[in-house]
Amino acid sequence: MNPLIGAASVVAAGFSVGLAAIGPGVGQGTAAGYAVEGIARQPEAEGKIRGALLLSFAFIESLTIYGLVVALVLLFANPFVGRLTNYLSYTL
Amino acid sequence: MTQSFLFDLSELSVGQHWYWIIFGFPIHGQTLITTWFVLAVIATLSISANRNLKETPDGLQNLTEYITEFIRDIAKTQIGEYDYLPWVSFLGTIFLFIFVSNWSGALLPWHVLKIPNGELAAPTGDINTTVSLALLTSISYFYGGISKKGLGYFKRYVSPAVFLLPINILEDFTKPLSLSFRLFGNILADELVVGVLVVLIPLVVPIPLILLGLFTSAIQALVFATLAGAYIGEAVEEHHLLFSLFFSYLIY
Repeated sequence: MNPLIGAASVVAAGFSVGLAAIGPGVGQGTAAGYAVEGIARQPEAEGKIRGALLLSFAFIESLTIYGLVVALVLLFANPFVGRLTNYLSYTL
Repeated sequence: MTQSFLFDLSELSVGQHWYWIIFGFPIHGQTLITTWFVLAVIATLSISANRNLKETPDGLQNLTEYITEFIRDIAKTQIGEYDYLPWVSFLGTIFLFIFVSNWSGALLPWHVLKIPNGELAAPTGDINTTVSLALLTSISYFYGGISKKGLGYFKRYVSPAVFLLPINILEDFTKPLSLSFRLFGNILADELVVGVLVVLIPLVVPIPLILLGLFTSAIQALVFATLAGAYIGEAVEEHHLLFSLFFSYLIY
């Protein structure tokens, strides 16, 4: 494999996950803060608040996951490296 | 270093697949095998719980009725009171398939069974499975909207204002994309983390991460089913201005 492509892919993969974790991290922290404040204000609403919080976490988390998927693609299914044809030799 | 039983069990392989050539198409065999296992589990549970149905449920019937009520609740919340009943089976299928496949991938010792290339894992850890589930959801909300409103369904692309047309069209592509990537990324990331930890320390230490993985994968099943219901609800709803504003904020 072209060493420049390999090196660039690895660096890009590292940056992808790292940068993708910043925004959702801040967002989830804010959401959790408000949720905890809501529970503190009204403890009997804890079930509903927790449900809404977990659902929001899943959506926000998915933004980080997009970065992870890009990193995984770059590392294991890199389109600039022709590896798929080798594995077609493993047949049933 | 001598090869021990634990070293064999803790091997991790990513991106390696056991290719089957069916009708000229290369297919990931390991994903099909685990998918069939998940289908067998769900079918066995349903069939064994549904023989001798009783008025007051007990045992397995109690469990399946609880699950059905849970799914019906999701459908009713997302789709609305009047249209939700035909969609309970679709949402239930999605939820049960994703839930059982995630938990079977995390809990069962798949690595004990050796296959020629690659390893057995949760079927939702394969992008093909999640993309097909997401495309199914896309097709179903189109079907729901068009079967209920006919060609008037396409009016929602220009409501409440015409300049939203490109955004609405883009949404038709980002919805299945985000659904598939969210589920795939979560499951694969959990498998990779647990796999790497098992390579490093095969005993005890991966357990908290496995528990975290069980929790997040269950939530992902719920989120997928909820979002599928929300998209269907958005497609079949009677148009109210306030609703559309609320939905467009909530659904992303």
